[in-house]
Amino acid sequence: MSVRTLPLVFINLGGEMLYILDQRLQAQNTSEDNSEKGVWSENDRRRVMNDIVGTMFNKAFMDELLKPQQLYSHRTLKTVLTRIAHASIMRLNPASMDRLYELMVMAFKYQVFLCPRPKDLLLISYNHIDTIREFVKDTPVVVNQVDETHRKIIEVYSSLSEGEFQLLRQTLLIFFQDMHVRVSLFLKIQVQNPNGRFALSTSGPVPHGTEVPGLIRTFDSKGREVRRSEFPTGGSYSSPIREGCFELHGDRIIRLGLNMYVLTSVCSRLTFLSTSVTLQTDDTPNLLAKEELNLLARLMGSMKAENKPKAETGFRINLFTTDEEEEEAGASCGAEESLFGVINIQAMQDEQAATELARIAGQFAEQQEQPENPSGNKGDDLLAMMDDL
Amino acid sequence: MYHKEKSIQIKNSASALYNNLGVLRIAPRRLTYFTVVHANVVNMVSASWDGLNYSHRQLQSKEPNVATSTSLIMQAAFCALPSRDLLVVTSQKGIQIYESDGSIMVYWHALDTPETPTAQAVFARGISAVRENYICVGISSGAILVFDVPSKGSNITLSEVLEEHKESITDMAAECSGSQECIADLVSADDGGNLCVWKSGEEFQLLNNIPGFDMSCSSVKLWKGTVVAGYGTGQIRLYEAVTGILHAEVKAHARWIYSLDIAPFSGLLLSAAEDSLVRVWHLSMTPETNSVEVAHLHNECVTDTQICGAKFCDGDGYAFAVTGYDLSEIIRYTQT
Repeated sequence: MSVRTLPLVFINLGGEMLYILDQRLQAQNTSEDNSEKGVWSENDRRRVMNDIVGTMFNKAFMDELLKPQQLYSHRTLKTVLTRIAHASIMRLNPASMDRLYELMVMAFKYQVFLCPRPKDLLLISYNHIDTIREFVKDTPVVVNQVDETHRKIIEVYSSLSEGEFQLLRQTLLIFFQDMHVRVSLFLKIQVQNPNGRFALSTSGPVPHGTEVPGLIRTFDSKGREVRRSEFPTGGSYSSPIREGCFELHGDRIIRLGLNMYVLTSVCSRLTFLSTSVTLQTDDTPNLLAKEELNLLARLMGSMKAENKPKAETGFRINLFTTDEEEEEAGASCGAEESLFGVINIQAMQDEQAATELARIAGQFAEQQEQPENPSGNKGDDLLAMMDDL
Repeated sequence: MYHKEKSIQIKNSASALYNNLGVLRIAPRRLTYFTVVHANVVNMVSASWDGLNYSHRQLQSKEPNVATSTSLIMQAAFCALPSRDLLVVTSQKGIQIYESDGSIMVYWHALDTPETPTAQAVFARGISAVRENYICVGISSGAILVFDVPSKGSNITLSEVLEEHKESITDMAAECSGSQECIADLVSADDGGNLCVWKSGEEFQLLNNIPGFDMSCSSVKLWKGTVVAGYGTGQIRLYEAVTGILHAEVKAHARWIYSLDIAPFSGLLLSAAEDSLVRVWHLSMTPETNSVEVAHLHNECVTDTQICGAKFCDGDGYAFAVTGYDLSEIIRYTQT
């Protein structure tokens, strides 16, 4: 399928990740228990954003993504995104990372599913980039990186045809297939149904370039219209709105890809109802893991050096409502959790990294029962993010 | 006009691919086969007409004898030739041809895949049986492979490569009216909306090239010398195949059309799109005035679903079946 998915996947998933983290970091300040542990200063938040955005939009990393290649597996993507998140002073417990990943993916799935035209995937990506630029606007160096990446994306994707964009979109839809995790924000604003599926409207403006359905025109052999008739469409469609801007700056028009957590002040919680289908593919031995992990090694190698804080000053983020919930979820993580617990990923292009990653390949291949890793991080916690229930 | 019947449950959900439903009616055994593609797997269901027996099978796209090489499947379609029925599966790696029940693979054709991926994706898509003994398959480069199929056995050979399209093939269709008078045997469509009309033979002959309008034609059909084409803009256009004269233009759907089908005996047309709607139309030809009339008959809405496959289950259009992205069922409708 499409060999051009990765840059858009990282920009959009990374964007969603930043929206969620930004929301969590702010929610921290309104913690009810008034404990010192709960406070992130404005400076801390900015620092986290700058670190993560700087890593994501790193030139070498983006260049690696822009090479034509197949889409990675969920497992590999999650690994790289965790690495990106940990480029900051923030720490995520594996269970929280899993939840974060699900949220990110469901948001992106929603955007891809409802994307009016395949080409509008670019506008959705640009919405993410625009908002990211806002997050780091006080740090010119990082803004520069974002602009450079944006320019490259414009350069690479401007020449793609609608058919190629649709292939890209179809590749992404296969990647998201069978994921129906319910997100309370989406349920509240009714873009998602209780069964986890997204709502598809049969009314509203048609996409740019499409005409409102309902008309049959017949022509003679000379091309003159000889008859017009209308038919009932079963929906109520209206004319398209104007096209969004595909340049570096401009009004994108479509709303998909904007920060929903800010736009809908209705809900500041990121609670989950039940999870439904887990990513089946992650449980089966991935025979192509070795190939993917070679790609991963190159990607990691091109990212800047990891910010390794001393344990005492690391800030932890919990995406659950309580520490207990996180522990429980962590305990049921199984194989993947110990994977995170054991590995110490270094962003250095060296022999050690390559060997380390080859070892990961081995771990992917054997799905044995891993010993549970009780939440040893509890002692390191300086922060407990309490959500209001 | 139609009412919903009991759905057939399938093992996996359908992927968002054009024309993602294959139907083969086997009258002597009172069975119908259905195929639905899910990522790298083809789900096959054999449904008995009395509604009592369903049997399932899954096919993976892989090179014979190579354990790890599964790849994403683009399309699975039945090819009904006079002598035999076959199932063709196209993927990123190549083309597989099976006996129609999916039990045995009779032929494998590997695509040339470069060592390091190039900017253009490589895959096969667009499948059609043509006349007595040809199966045609499209490629992402725009080329069309013509396979010569013997009446039995696995001695299928690549007879010709047609290089006319410059963009990826999306769909192909053979003349389905059964009439021997039609000159055009095959129509092929590509990502730019260009349509090529062919006459089959030892050497296929290009009869006409109908230019597109920079919009993908995702599904195409050929009936009584008329090309019926569905586009990403939601439009359906009817052209006279050999001359390229535009007979009719329908603003049919609000989103990308994913599937078209024609019931050859009655002239019923089925269209399905990402807008969650399936529409039934009637085509009528008036040879004297050389005109084609399109009349709208019926709509079905599959709530919150982007439809990816829709096919009539019989030549009269008495029943049709529908698949949708992320849906693990084949929805069926029958005339009231």
